[in-house]
Amino acid sequence: MTSISSASPGLAMPDPKNRLFGPLPDVSAEAGYEEDHPKRVGFFTDTSVCIGCKACEVACKEWNTLPMDDSHGERDALGLSGMSYDNTGMLGANSWRHVAFIEQSRAVDLPMPTHRRPGDDRSAGGDLPAPDSGDLDSTAKAQASVLNAEALSEFDPQTGQTGADKQIRWLMSSDVCKHCTHAGCLDVCPTGALFRTEFGTVVVQGDICNGCGYCVAACPYGVIDQRKDDGRVFKCTMCYDRLTDGLQPACATACPTQSIQFGDLDELQERADARLATLKAQGVETARLYGRDENDGVGGDGAFFLLLDEPEVYGLPPDPIVTTRDLPAMWKAAGKAAAMMVGVAVTAILGSRRR
Amino acid sequence: MTGGITSPDAGWRQADRGPATQQKTGKKRRKRGGGRGRGEVAMVDDVEFTSYYGRQIVKTPVWKSPDVPLYLFLGGAAGSSAILGALADFTDRPTLTKVSRLTAGGGSILSVVFLIHDLGRPSRFLHMLRVFKLTSPLSVGTYILAPFSAAAGATAAVELLGWFPRLKRFGGAVAALFGGPLATYTGVLLANTAVPSWHAAHTQLPFVFGGSAMAAGGGITMMFTPVDEAGPSRKMAVAGAAIELAAMHKVENDHGIESEPYHEGRPGKFMQAAKACTAVGAGLTVVAGRTRAGAIASGTLLAAGSLLTRFGVFEAGIASTKDPKYVVIPQRERLAAQQNEHSSTITR
Ligand code: SF4
Ligand code: SF4
Repeated sequence: MTSISSASPGLAMPDPKNRLFGPLPDVSAEAGYEEDHPKRVGFFTDTSVCIGCKACEVACKEWNTLPMDDSHGERDALGLSGMSYDNTGMLGANSWRHVAFIEQSRAVDLPMPTHRRPGDDRSAGGDLPAPDSGDLDSTAKAQASVLNAEALSEFDPQTGQTGADKQIRWLMSSDVCKHCTHAGCLDVCPTGALFRTEFGTVVVQGDICNGCGYCVAACPYGVIDQRKDDGRVFKCTMCYDRLTDGLQPACATACPTQSIQFGDLDELQERADARLATLKAQGVETARLYGRDENDGVGGDGAFFLLLDEPEVYGLPPDPIVTTRDLPAMWKAAGKAAAMMVGVAVTAILGSRRR
Repeated sequence: MTGGITSPDAGWRQADRGPATQQKTGKKRRKRGGGRGRGEVAMVDDVEFTSYYGRQIVKTPVWKSPDVPLYLFLGGAAGSSAILGALADFTDRPTLTKVSRLTAGGGSILSVVFLIHDLGRPSRFLHMLRVFKLTSPLSVGTYILAPFSAAAGATAAVELLGWFPRLKRFGGAVAALFGGPLATYTGVLLANTAVPSWHAAHTQLPFVFGGSAMAAGGGITMMFTPVDEAGPSRKMAVAGAAIELAAMHKVENDHGIESEPYHEGRPGKFMQAAKACTAVGAGLTVVAGRTRAGAIASGTLLAAGSLLTRFGVFEAGIASTKDPKYVVIPQRERLAAQQNEHSSTITR
C-alpha cells in the first residue's frame, strides 16, 4: 500500500504552499508522487453542445457495473422523477454521470407581430412587452448562434402551443465528480481510502473504505454517496482502470457530440477558453466556465464545465469552498475550548471547600 | 440593451415549474427565547433564488441518529468527567474521584460502541488507524478516542475491582489529558463539512460542545456524589451550562440564513427544550444543589439539556442540507460581496 494518501498538510496556519486552499500547480506532486508522474487529466464538459442523449450515463453504468437506481438514489428501484426528462435525478453512489435537463421559457419580445399563428385571436395583452419594442440588431445576432436560432424558430412545436409570445429552450448538462484540486472528500477521509492518483484525479479504494461517511458530508458539490446495502461509498474514478491502460474514460468515448472532452487539463482549459470566446462572439452572453478558475474555493476543478446559465440552475453550488480551508481556525477554537475546560475544572476544584 | 437571447436579463425561467425552482424564502417571523414571553422577533428577509427543481445540492450526511448525537454526548460527558476525576484524585476527594472515573470509563466505552456502530462497515473500524491525518477531524478524533477510552476504561475497571491504586492515578491522568480534546474535537468533526449550518458556526461549535460536556459531566457526577463532596461538580456544571448557552446563542443568531434551521421544525424544538433544561438545571444547581433531591433533579436536567443540544445541532445541520436555499443564498451573498469589494477597489 502506498503512503501517498496520508500526506497531510496538517496545521500549517499561513499555508504557504497552498496545501489547503488556493491554486496548486501540481496536485500529484503535492500528494507525494515523483517528478515523472503523468500530467493532470480532466474533463471539459461543454454543455452548449449536449443533446441530453445520456450515452455517458449508460456507458458509465456499463463499464463500472453500477447498479440501477431511481432519481433519489434508491437502489434497484425503477421510478420516474416526474419533474422532467431527467430520471437520474442526481449524482450518487450508483450514478457517476448525471445529465441534468432544464426546460426554460421566457416571454419574448419579438420584433414583428407576424409571428402569431393564423387564427390565434388571443389579445396581446397582459404584462407582456409591446411587440414593436424589439431590438432588431440583437435578434439578428442571436439568430447567428446555432443554439439561439433553434430556440427562436417559430415552428418549434413547444413555442406554438403557448403562442408566439413565449419561447422555450432546453439546457442539458452532464454532471460528474469535479476531481477538485482541493478535494474536501479526500482531505477528511480518516482511513486513506480516498487518494490522489498519479493523474491528479481522486479515487476511493473499495478495499479500504469503512463507510464512516465523512466524505459524503464534506463534498461541497454533493457528489460522493454511500451505497446503503454495501456500507461503503462510491463515486466517479475518471475510469482509473482505463487510464492506466491508456484508454479514455467510458463517458468521453461514448459522447456523440464531444460535449464531454477528456484530456490533459491544461490543454482542455485552453480549448474551453477558446470555445467561450467563440460563443461570446456569437452573442451567447450567459455562457460561462464553471470550475475553470484556479482561484476559486476549491483551487479549480479537474472536471469543469461550460454553462449557459447560473450554476444553481443546473444544481451546482455557485461558489463552493473546500471545508478544510477553515480547518486551522477550527482546530484553534477546539484547542482553546479544551484549555477552557481544564481551566474551569481547576477553578471548580480550587474554589470548593474540601469535604 | 439586450445582448441576445441568453443575456443575463433575458428572463429565462424554468418552464411551468416557476414556483418550484424560482423560489422565495418567504418572510418568516420567529420568536426567540423559548416561548418564555421575551417576544424578540427576528426577520429573515425575502430572497429569491434558483435551484434545480428544488433539489438539494450538498448530500445529507449518512450519519445515523441517535448514534452520532449519543456519541457526541457520551464523549463530552466522559471527557469532562475524566478531567474532574483526575483533579479530584489529586485533591483527595475519594467519592468524587470514583464517580468521575466510572462516568468517564462508561461513557468512553459506550461512545466507542456508537461510533463503530455508525460505520457502514463496522468490521473495518481498525482501518481508521492505518493513517494519521490532521486534515481529517475523524482521524484526529480516533487518535484521541483510542487512548482516552483505553485509559478511562482501564481506570474505571480497576476502580471497580479495587486493584493497583497507583496505576489508577496514572490512568486517570492520561484520560484527563485527552478528555478536553475529546469533548471539543467533535465540534470540529461536524463543522469541517459542507453542511451549511454546521460549517457556518465552525469556530463556535467547539465551545458549545465543550460547555455542554462540562454541564453533562458536572451534572452526572453531582447526582452520584454526596452533596458536601460535590462542590466541584456543581461549579463545573454551572459554568459549563453558562458557556453552552452563550456559545449556542451565537450559533443561533450570528449566521443569517444558515442559523435558521436551529429555530425551525424538529431541531428548533430540540434547541428550545435544550435551552430550557440547561438554564433551569443550572439555576436549580445554584439554589438547591446542596440537597440530595436538588442535586438529582438539577443533574438530570443538565444532562438532558446537553443531550438535547447534541440532537438539536445534529438535526439542524441535517435540515440545512435538504433545502438548496441554505447553499445557494449564502454563496450568492458571498459572491455579491466580493464583487462589491472588487468594484470599490477599482473605482478608487
Ligand atoms: S467533487 Fe466532491 S467527491 Fe469529487 S473530488 Fe471534489 S470533493 Fe471529492
Ligand atoms: S466513507 Fe470511506 S472513503 Fe469516505 S471518508 Fe470514510 S473511509 Fe474515507
